[in-house]
Amino acid sequence: MDVLLDNSDIFLRGFGNTILLFVLSAVGSLILGTILAMLRVSPVPVFRAIGTLYVTMLRNTPLTLIFFFFAFAFPLLKLVSRDVYSYFVAAVIALTLYTSAFVCEVVRSGINTIAVGQIEASRALGLTFGQLLTNIVLPQASRSVVPPMVSTMIALLKNTTIAAGFSVVEAGAITPYLSERGDSVMVGLLWIALFFLILVFPLTLLQRSLEKRWSVAR
Amino acid sequence: MSTALFDVPGPKARARHRLYAVIGVLALVGFVGFVAYRFYDAGQFDGQLWEWIEYQKIQELVNTLKAFAVGAVLAILFGAIFAAGRLSDHAILRVPSMVIVEFFRAIPLVVLIFVFYFGIKLGAPFYAVVVGLTLYNGSVLAEVFRAGVNSLPRGQAEAAYAVGMRKTQVMNLVLLPQALRAMLPAIISQLVVLLKDTALGFLITYDELLRYARYLGSVGEFGSPLIPVTIVVAAMYIAMCLLLTWLAHYLSKRQGRSKKHIDTDDKTKEAAWPATRPELPVNDWASTSRVGAQFHRGRSVRPGRQAGSRAPRTAGAAC
Repeated sequence: MDVLLDNSDIFLRGFGNTILLFVLSAVGSLILGTILAMLRVSPVPVFRAIGTLYVTMLRNTPLTLIFFFFAFAFPLLKLVSRDVYSYFVAAVIALTLYTSAFVCEVVRSGINTIAVGQIEASRALGLTFGQLLTNIVLPQASRSVVPPMVSTMIALLKNTTIAAGFSVVEAGAITPYLSERGDSVMVGLLWIALFFLILVFPLTLLQRSLEKRWSVAR
Repeated sequence: MSTALFDVPGPKARARHRLYAVIGVLALVGFVGFVAYRFYDAGQFDGQLWEWIEYQKIQELVNTLKAFAVGAVLAILFGAIFAAGRLSDHAILRVPSMVIVEFFRAIPLVVLIFVFYFGIKLGAPFYAVVVGLTLYNGSVLAEVFRAGVNSLPRGQAEAAYAVGMRKTQVMNLVLLPQALRAMLPAIISQLVVLLKDTALGFLITYDELLRYARYLGSVGEFGSPLIPVTIVVAAMYIAMCLLLTWLAHYLSKRQGRSKKHIDTDDKTKEAAWPATRPELPVNDWASTSRVGAQFHRGRSVRPGRQAGSRAPRTAGAAC
């Protein structure tokens, strides 16, 4: 308990950054992933190929490598100045790009579960492909993808700890501070683990309630 | 593409799609070209920066593969033991294994590895990486195994009990052989996750591929070839993971052909459909979608089997 109370400033700052990282990249990857899923089911073969290429590449690359690229290699591009492009921004970009590939697959599997009659009916009514996706398919798909989407988000929350290796002060980066101050690292790590359990729990609850409320009546 | 989302394009739509295709390719080529040009501008593509390939043997690949191999074997063992524990009839085994599996699944792998490296101080970073990978992926695999056994039709176990088999016999002779076949793709995709996660050794100075990239990227002698090294290392990771994914595909295809097992996955049936009905006209959406609708209905009739096998698969793949 002492370890936690003595270093509450660092714990607060660390977990604050973790949650901020999580929220920013969750929103980003949900948007990007949905766009990618739309690309992957589009009638234009080239768009499908682009989507598939992106997903295959990002899903088969370690997240650490993507972090590595955006933390060390990307600044060499000199696209944005170092003031704007902090390690935190790099972490958000890396997490967003990586998670969006998984979100894309989840959304795509959701699109595949939709009853064919729904799609045929809307095509018979003369909806265009864009209207079909945004008005008929995606709203229904969003219901059936709740459980896998929440587990993707939980994975994202846990993946934010990798940012610790790339100079972002978040939950995973608490340890060096502790050893600097001469406190027990082990106890600190156990506290971090406990806080992650606490953070994951509401997501699981959200999944349960959404699943119950949105469950597709079949 | 067997999809009901759009019609087979007519002449006008084809022309439009071609236009989109040109725009899309141009945008992509423009973007990649721009990035490549900026790197070129930063001098990262100079011939000198690639010279390291001639001098350096990338031995760290062995370290990555070593951590992967040891981690994979131990994780499968851990998963098998705890899956057996979770499937046990005795609460005294079931509850602790459930707690352990859920605990290690909920903790970030990085924190686990830190615990074993900074906290418990296992010594060489290799041990911390392997133990972390084992505990995390092992508990995910335990869930995969459990879901695999639970996804089998209940009649299998009931029939086995009816002919007088004991619990162990039912599990070993009837349930496991079938479940393993059904779960093989999921197990392998979890192994892909394990392979990717070996890169976390980077954070605790384990000499694997990525740390090598960091090291070589800063060697002045070779002109700090950060981008070339990153590209090469990324290509190696992608190649290894694709090999594993391909293996999973190959195995599931082989399994689809064999008639010995019970079909628990509708996907193989869908894939097999065009082969059994070669005369099916490709552009006849009415008939193809009716087929799809049939499978769809068939799927919803047995929600228990599907729900059991689907959810953990996506959960495992997501990490």
